[in-house]
Amino acid sequence: MGLLSRKATCNSHGQDSSYFLGWQEYEKNPYDEVKNPRGIIQMGLAENQLSFDLLESWLAKNPDAAGFKRDGQSIFKELALFQDYHGLPAFKKALVDFMAEIRGNKVTFDPNRIVLTAGATSANETLMFCLAEQGDAFLLPTPYYPGFDRDLKWRTGVEIVPIECSSSNRFQITASALEEAYEQAQRKNLRVKGVLVTNPSNPLGTTMTRDELDLLVNFITDKEIHLISDEIYSGTVFSSPVFVSIVEVLKDRNLENTQVWERVHIVYSLSKDLGLPGFRVGAIYSNDPIVVAAATKMSSFGLVSSQTQYLLSAMLSDKKFTKEYIAKNHKRLRKRQSKLVAGLEKAGIGCLESNAGLFCWVDMRHLLSSDTFEAEMELWKRIVYDVKLNISPGSSCHCSEPGWFRVCFANMSEDTLTLAMQRLKSFVGSTASNDRSHQEMKNSRRKFRTKWVFRLSFQSFHDREQDER
Amino acid sequence: MAAMSKIATGNGHGENSPYFDGWKAYETDPFHPIDRPDGVIQMGLAENQLCFDFIKKWLIKHPEASVCTAQGVNRFKEMALFQDYHGMPEFRRAVAKFMGKVRGDRVKFDPDRIVMSGGATGAHETVAFCLADPGEAFLVPTPYYPGFDRDLKWRTGVELVPVHCESSNNFKITRDALEAAYVKAQEANLRVKGLLITNPSNPLGTILDRDTLKNVVGFINEKNIHLIGDEIYAATVFMEPEFVSISEIIEEDDVECNRDLIHIVYSLSKDMGFPGFRVGIVYSYNDAVVSCARKMSSFGLVSSQTQHLIASMLSDDDFVDDFIAESKNLLFKRHKYFTRSLSQVGIGSLKSNAGLFIWMDLRKLLREKTFEAEMELWRVIINEVKLNVSPGSSFHCHEPGWFRVCFANMDDNTMAVALSRIRTFMLKNNEAMVPPRKLCRLSSLKLSLSRRMDDLMSPSILSPHSPLPQSPLVRARN
Repeated sequence: MGLLSRKATCNSHGQDSSYFLGWQEYEKNPYDEVKNPRGIIQMGLAENQLSFDLLESWLAKNPDAAGFKRDGQSIFKELALFQDYHGLPAFKKALVDFMAEIRGNKVTFDPNRIVLTAGATSANETLMFCLAEQGDAFLLPTPYYPGFDRDLKWRTGVEIVPIECSSSNRFQITASALEEAYEQAQRKNLRVKGVLVTNPSNPLGTTMTRDELDLLVNFITDKEIHLISDEIYSGTVFSSPVFVSIVEVLKDRNLENTQVWERVHIVYSLSKDLGLPGFRVGAIYSNDPIVVAAATKMSSFGLVSSQTQYLLSAMLSDKKFTKEYIAKNHKRLRKRQSKLVAGLEKAGIGCLESNAGLFCWVDMRHLLSSDTFEAEMELWKRIVYDVKLNISPGSSCHCSEPGWFRVCFANMSEDTLTLAMQRLKSFVGSTASNDRSHQEMKNSRRKFRTKWVFRLSFQSFHDREQDER
Repeated sequence: MAAMSKIATGNGHGENSPYFDGWKAYETDPFHPIDRPDGVIQMGLAENQLCFDFIKKWLIKHPEASVCTAQGVNRFKEMALFQDYHGMPEFRRAVAKFMGKVRGDRVKFDPDRIVMSGGATGAHETVAFCLADPGEAFLVPTPYYPGFDRDLKWRTGVELVPVHCESSNNFKITRDALEAAYVKAQEANLRVKGLLITNPSNPLGTILDRDTLKNVVGFINEKNIHLIGDEIYAATVFMEPEFVSISEIIEEDDVECNRDLIHIVYSLSKDMGFPGFRVGIVYSYNDAVVSCARKMSSFGLVSSQTQHLIASMLSDDDFVDDFIAESKNLLFKRHKYFTRSLSQVGIGSLKSNAGLFIWMDLRKLLREKTFEAEMELWRVIINEVKLNVSPGSSFHCHEPGWFRVCFANMDDNTMAVALSRIRTFMLKNNEAMVPPRKLCRLSSLKLSLSRRMDDLMSPSILSPHSPLPQSPLVRARN
């Protein structure tokens, strides 16, 4: 008899993938400006480290929130005892207001419809437990965040069926791709319960177009299924086009209070927008009261620490602060992304034009020895071991085309980014000069690609979590 | 087609039981010494509120324990980014040390086996996911904490099979009872994967003696099933006999045990009174379980802000030693005062030396020896005596007439009010203590609450609960 459960002994946690090689290598030899200048630079971690000074200065000005106090009185006891899974009312109000502000106040959210969870990791899993069961599937556009394989499938028994997107149209979702995915699920005897999209996208760094959003609404209406919109990067949209949330589309199409409205659920978190992944603040927003009720009960398995709820309710209630933070954060992200794009260009590398996120979706197809995932892995290993950059290979994001990589830009200092780009440039230069046998074959292809590639600008991706340390 | 899952629409969360009448009564009419002196006093919430002044003094002296104060902010960024599911090393070291101290330093805990979870609630679910597949079962001695029905079964698909314990031997876990439960499970075609014990016990407030522990360890080894020891109340043992942890038993020379079967669930919610901070711990002697639970902890990591606070606090040896002693002292005093006052009006309870509650014996007040009569009596206690206590049936107790009554979640004044109400009730009904023919009086007491329990969705002790509606934290934002 097996001593442990099947879940404990299988691989569905997804951590045996080669993807984690890069992590392990980084851990063995991490770059440090002073102590280890030849170490591996971490570019596989979608963290926002650009705006901590703003948070810290707010803390300095708000000692009460920092010290378990309210109006100078200690509320430590109340906080220590507060374990109501409905969450701190002031925090929920502040959070929904912040979400509305990020969406330009074009929509409003009801604090009674938000459920707090321990990070978006927990939010996504909880929604799966609420909406689906073993034998059911959710459709996800590729490429997608590798963590979904664990968050959506592992303990829930739910399957993911990919909606294949291609570079030919900038990886946008098409009607035929949706239908094809739906049919594929049916061929596998899986009951499709919904679609899950990440908007802005990880790893692409792009925001979904209105057409795509309309397409999705039509599709889920027609199939009578759910739509989960993971909007964890909604606060990182730093240039046009302006972010359009799914709730805005529903509002504009007068679909409020209809059946489809109740089947659209939003996932959010403060891990990317505020750069606070350690505080484990996630949320589910739903217009279906049964989903809200069930998810609220399930949140017992991963509540947000009351200490953290209190601190952030004070911070996000400070509208002057949030306005300033959002604006400055965008500016810094935009600047940093441009720097990455420019550095990549100098190395003859292009990326997908993007306007959000903490990463760029980088096109290294011209550096592959062949148009295969084996070649992608080969290239990736060289970048990790020789160039000493940990970036994320597209295959780990289930991309259907080899040669794409997610490269983060917001989790390091500007100098480190400069160094990373220099290393990359040298690598490409040396590869080009050493690889004469491939040169003729690829020459014409490369010229064409280079031209196309320079027109693209990049957005960065951002990993959810440092899993294996 | 767009229906929700069976898990979401079913009753596995456990909150639709009639048990919630008491909570609703409390929520609609909560006691307050000035604003609502006739309100319902909450005695159904196992919280430890006795040590906050002590802890506050430490906090004032240590502003660096918060990453948000001027003294601590230099670590703010590092903490804000820290989401490693291994947990902060200093946090794990501090918790391991604390767990050792709580056991009189008779055992040492390895910080690398400390795995975080979303409270003990998250810890139990995680352990169930690691050890059992849907359709498999754990044995649990009765009476047991109602939350287990949700934590161990709801999303995991695991079953619970009760091990019945009787008042005739003070609810001790006997080998016979364990064997009987095991057989029952097999007859129901359930593969037993483990045994879950809570030691000190909720709701009994007693600890398992050495012989029982050895019996239990012997049983699980023989059957090759897991032993999960929920030791969440370990530091609430306020008088003799001394607490004996599973971690100690397995070290004894005459105990043969496969350590891969041994797992401990812990939390700071009861020992320190910090349920709001969601600090749950899975401690396993099985490497594969540590590894798997650690990956699963992604679904309920402890906020790094909280990890930092706890690491600072529990690294302070002097504070910890003083805290453990002070907490025991305050619990001892409160328990003694409470039980003595109760016995003065003829109410007995199971002799106990731990926990935040007593297991009150009201069998002689029952109209008849049934659970219906227990429910009737319970509604009288809520509606007439105005105390929210927890009926034994909600703990799956095999015998009617027992109630769990919490004593550590209120100040001295509230405790005095509660006792005076009990006194009044008992004096009014002292006929209840004479021959049965007079007991029919109780049946004429009207039950004022409606029976529409299925509609109730109030928070309960099964789920995290908001203590005081008038608390500034729960008031709607103005």
